[in-house]
Amino acid sequence: MPDIVEVQNVYKAYKRDSIEIPVLENITLSIPEGEFLALMGPSGSGKTTLLNLIAGIDRPTRGSVKVAGDEVTTLSESRLAEWRSRHIGLIFQFYNLMPVLTAFENVELPLLLAPLSKKQRKEHVDTALNIVGLSDRTSHYPRQLSGGQQQRVAIARAIVADPTILLADEPTGDLDRKSASDVLSLMEQLNKDFKKTIIMVTHDPHAAESAHVIRHLDKGELQ
Amino acid sequence: MKFFRLILRNTLRHKLRTSLTILGIAIAILAFALLRMVVGAFYAGVDTAAVDRLVVRHAVSFIFSLPISYMDKLKTVPGVEDVTFASWFGGVYKDPTKFENFFARLAVKPDNFFKVYTEFQVPPDQFQAFLKERNAAIVGKETAKKHNLKIGDTVSMKGDIYPGNWDFVVRGIYKGRDRSVDETALIFNWNYLNEQLQRDFPARANKIGWYVVKVHNMNESAQISARIDSFFKNSAAETKTETEKAFNQSFISMYSSIITAMNFISFVIVGIILLVLANTIAMTARERTTEYAVLKTLGFKARHLTGLISGESLMISMLGGAIGLFFAIPIAKGFQTAFPTLFPILPDPKWTIIWGSLAAFAVGILSALFPAITVSRMRIVDGLRHID
Repeated sequence: MPDIVEVQNVYKAYKRDSIEIPVLENITLSIPEGEFLALMGPSGSGKTTLLNLIAGIDRPTRGSVKVAGDEVTTLSESRLAEWRSRHIGLIFQFYNLMPVLTAFENVELPLLLAPLSKKQRKEHVDTALNIVGLSDRTSHYPRQLSGGQQQRVAIARAIVADPTILLADEPTGDLDRKSASDVLSLMEQLNKDFKKTIIMVTHDPHAAESAHVIRHLDKGELQ
Repeated sequence: MKFFRLILRNTLRHKLRTSLTILGIAIAILAFALLRMVVGAFYAGVDTAAVDRLVVRHAVSFIFSLPISYMDKLKTVPGVEDVTFASWFGGVYKDPTKFENFFARLAVKPDNFFKVYTEFQVPPDQFQAFLKERNAAIVGKETAKKHNLKIGDTVSMKGDIYPGNWDFVVRGIYKGRDRSVDETALIFNWNYLNEQLQRDFPARANKIGWYVVKVHNMNESAQISARIDSFFKNSAAETKTETEKAFNQSFISMYSSIITAMNFISFVIVGIILLVLANTIAMTARERTTEYAVLKTLGFKARHLTGLISGESLMISMLGGAIGLFFAIPIAKGFQTAFPTLFPILPDPKWTIIWGSLAAFAVGILSALFPAITVSRMRIVDGLRHID
């Protein structure tokens, strides 16, 4: 399988006042298409930062990040937004659903940017909600759903536009064991049945076991 | 339209806050619209002035009268089609401290005044009755309604500019040709006034307030004005001839400070509601920082987020504006009914609606400006880390 993510000599530092704090140092990482990779490491090790760089929502101080054949670091903000809508599906620890929209409407959000008819959007949303097993919860608002269900809606939102890569930042961090297990099973299914490349940041060794490959980050360096 | 649902739901998220903001905007737009209408009412006479009429007054001031003998001379000036005249009578009717008892009273040249002022429409039989009787008067429809005056009724007044007791018999009721015409005046035969002056104050007799000249060609107004004024140059009463519009404007200049203050206050009100809505939208956008960051991760661009924020701001401002304007016109009309002589003509409500809507729209757009720029420039990672 060709590499879908190529991270080359990436250095990332944050500036706090005049002090530069390095977060990632000389990271090089290749991820083949269809991979399910878990990134583990202690707090502050740079896992989320690396994930953000791959997602194109942050830029490295130095180095190259190539995803799905595109050099992400050179794209303008506007092009990057279009690029993300095509290639990236993001799953957050706290779901980050719009509280004023129903499950259906939350999942529909990324499709509002695509040139699709209402009927086509409905078909896509129904399919995504069916995959995550929430076809019977379409008209429920996030406050009417359990944490596990909310995360599954978030996963449906992440996959509805059929992105190239799914990036999950601690997707089970806010869930009980049962719900976490359901979410992990769903992610395994997405990887296995729909050939989705998944990069998951997690603290949880049990969650990491779902992945094919586990990489550790410590003090900004990949082990 | 795809985003309308999200805009609507966001607008209704904090119902109390949104309702109070809409209410505040509605009250402010109502106040703004009423002030604009009052200012417009001052200018209504200027805007509706006839373009083919010139007013000839004393060169020193409007309060000085002109000899009746100028009448024949004015008729000979080239370009003049017809000449009539009027005098401000004043007078005290009933209780002078009540607004409703104040309305314009004019002594006019009876045979042709209504031919020159075609906007005052009098039924022919009433006009004939008016011509036949010395102390006959024609009153405006609004004044007749307000004071329950009917044909044959006597209107008694005490003179102030022209001392004495004056009785007028209502022989006609005029209507305005359109809604811009003042329907509150009482118009009577100048000869009735002059005869009493000849008897009691001979020195004041045979004088009129101002002449009104109807011209053949309005494009020659400037030349005709110059001809008239040169005609009476070096006479005992030199004249100043100006267009009816300029003449009416000179009345308004007396109230220029009040009008300036009202104009200023109306825009201050818009400024205040701008701050109120800007604060609400800024607070709302700050609370939703994480949500906007998430939308950005989904591929939403700055223009999409600007649209969402502006849409919400506009929805609140336009709804508030619509409520304010909905009540503004009936309130103004009620005000006019209560004080018809204070505001005999209200400006066309179309302009009030346009001005009020523009103010609401501007407030909506400007309030969204700062939050939209802030959210557009926000880095996604900062937005995701944001804690309310």
